[in-house]
Amino acid sequence: MKTRRTNLMLIALLLLLAAIFLLPVLLVVLNSFKSRLYISAAPFALPDGDTFVGWENYLTGLRSAGFAAAFGRSVFITVGSVLLLVVGCSMTAWYLARANGWWPKILYLLFVFSMIVPFQMVMYTMTYVVGQLELDSVVGILPVYLGFGSGLTVFILSGFVRGIPRELEEAAMMDGAGPLQTFFRVIFPVMRPTAVTVSILNAMWIWNDYLLPYLVLGTDQKTIPVAIQIAMQGAYGSTDYGGLMAMLVLAIIPIIAFYLIGQKYIISGVVAGAVKG
Amino acid sequence: MYKRFYRWFPVFVLPTLAAFTVAFLIPFVMGIWLSFHRFTTIKNTHFVGWENYTRAFADEGFMGSLRFSALFTVVSLITVNLLAFVLALALTRRLRGVNLFRGIFFMPNLIGGIVLGYVFSLLVNGLLGFWGVDITYAATYGFWGLVALNTWQLTGYMMVIYIAGLQNVPSSLVEAAAIDGAGAFSTLWHVKLPLVMPSITICTFLTLTNSFKMFDQNLALTAGAPERQTQGLALDIYNTFYGRIGWQGVGQAKAVLFFLLVAAVAGIQLWLTRRREVDA
Repeated sequence: MKTRRTNLMLIALLLLLAAIFLLPVLLVVLNSFKSRLYISAAPFALPDGDTFVGWENYLTGLRSAGFAAAFGRSVFITVGSVLLLVVGCSMTAWYLARANGWWPKILYLLFVFSMIVPFQMVMYTMTYVVGQLELDSVVGILPVYLGFGSGLTVFILSGFVRGIPRELEEAAMMDGAGPLQTFFRVIFPVMRPTAVTVSILNAMWIWNDYLLPYLVLGTDQKTIPVAIQIAMQGAYGSTDYGGLMAMLVLAIIPIIAFYLIGQKYIISGVVAGAVKG
Repeated sequence: MYKRFYRWFPVFVLPTLAAFTVAFLIPFVMGIWLSFHRFTTIKNTHFVGWENYTRAFADEGFMGSLRFSALFTVVSLITVNLLAFVLALALTRRLRGVNLFRGIFFMPNLIGGIVLGYVFSLLVNGLLGFWGVDITYAATYGFWGLVALNTWQLTGYMMVIYIAGLQNVPSSLVEAAAIDGAGAFSTLWHVKLPLVMPSITICTFLTLTNSFKMFDQNLALTAGAPERQTQGLALDIYNTFYGRIGWQGVGQAKAVLFFLLVAAVAGIQLWLTRRREVDA
């Protein structure tokens, strides 16, 4: 009886806390359907006959700030970078795990080291180097993300590759398979669960990243976070809060959808990233 | 057998290594070099020795943001981990809707700093609006607003790690403690806590580094207002680089100090909590 009462109280408390956690997002959704004039004046009021504007904010938001283009860029950059990272870093991780000598160890330590360096340490010089190499485009930023993400990605994948028995690949090589064939036919399929996990971690980071695309691509080639920041700065008084609310909702929806699809992998990714860290 | 394989270095390692060199290694070395120079562009530099570092330490903005970040990190460390651990304890019990609750608490973590900052500001400024002020009214509002935002974002992530840790505590140990007459609290204190110490190490490490390095949330919620009093280290460094002409060298020196500080704090913390880890 006693545990039943405590469980009920616990559920009540959890419900309250869950409501608090959801409140900010629900508030934005609610306000995205209100006329912009009523958003900052009365954010908690439900939309009614006067203030309800239907999908209008979504239409103006999409049009005004070039949000649709920003959305496309964000998708392209995230997908492209994640593919490069997964393929590039799993090959690197395998090679480094199998190669003997001092230099693979040094290289591995450099990758690990890069994880603790704050972005501010390299942001100015990185922007310069990337500009010199003319990588300041939607395609050029892909190798930049490969470079920045390689630390964590190589680290997590290496931890996994070391657990793969060498007999597996030796059998393949004995049968005359070249290194590339061995890797893609034998090793990569074994790595797949970890590769999915690491892809999700990278996708969440790149999709949400603000400062790197802002510094590298500038305001002409906005990604979603940059577009939102610009729209917001773009001024007190003249900011179209209605459009902004719609943009916030549109920025969140893909993430929630992604989460609902890949929940299992995301949670295991968090735990994997943590255990290795 | 691997002899042939080693020759494939250009295919397997070189692309990643080249990108890593361009995006990280070269900028890192250049950054250290530049911190000893006065410059407006990288092609126009003038060696000044330690001058940038002495100017950084003399800069009230830098010292102010150092205090702000330190206090913010300490408070977040407590709020995030306490709430996350309590939630993990509750959500490892047999309850209805456990997975739904986990999902809801984890959700804010998926949303990036900029978006999350603006989502949160609607609520906070809406509430403060009842008193006719907003979050930029006073530094204390900004500080606690950022703590609340950080807690909202990080709690679910840490909760997931604590849940994994708690699930690894062998139930035989918990039962043995109960048979020996240990109450719920003493089981928690003497059995569960020592065994989840690895999770505590990781969570304090992640909270510490994330809170110290916070940038996006800071920019979106307060942007340092009022008068740079709610400016964390990362934002101060950014503003030194891009907001103050003639201060680029100081900005780079601050960034080097920031890096050393994050590395030192994280190192000390890992050493302190690792000592307390035990095996089941």
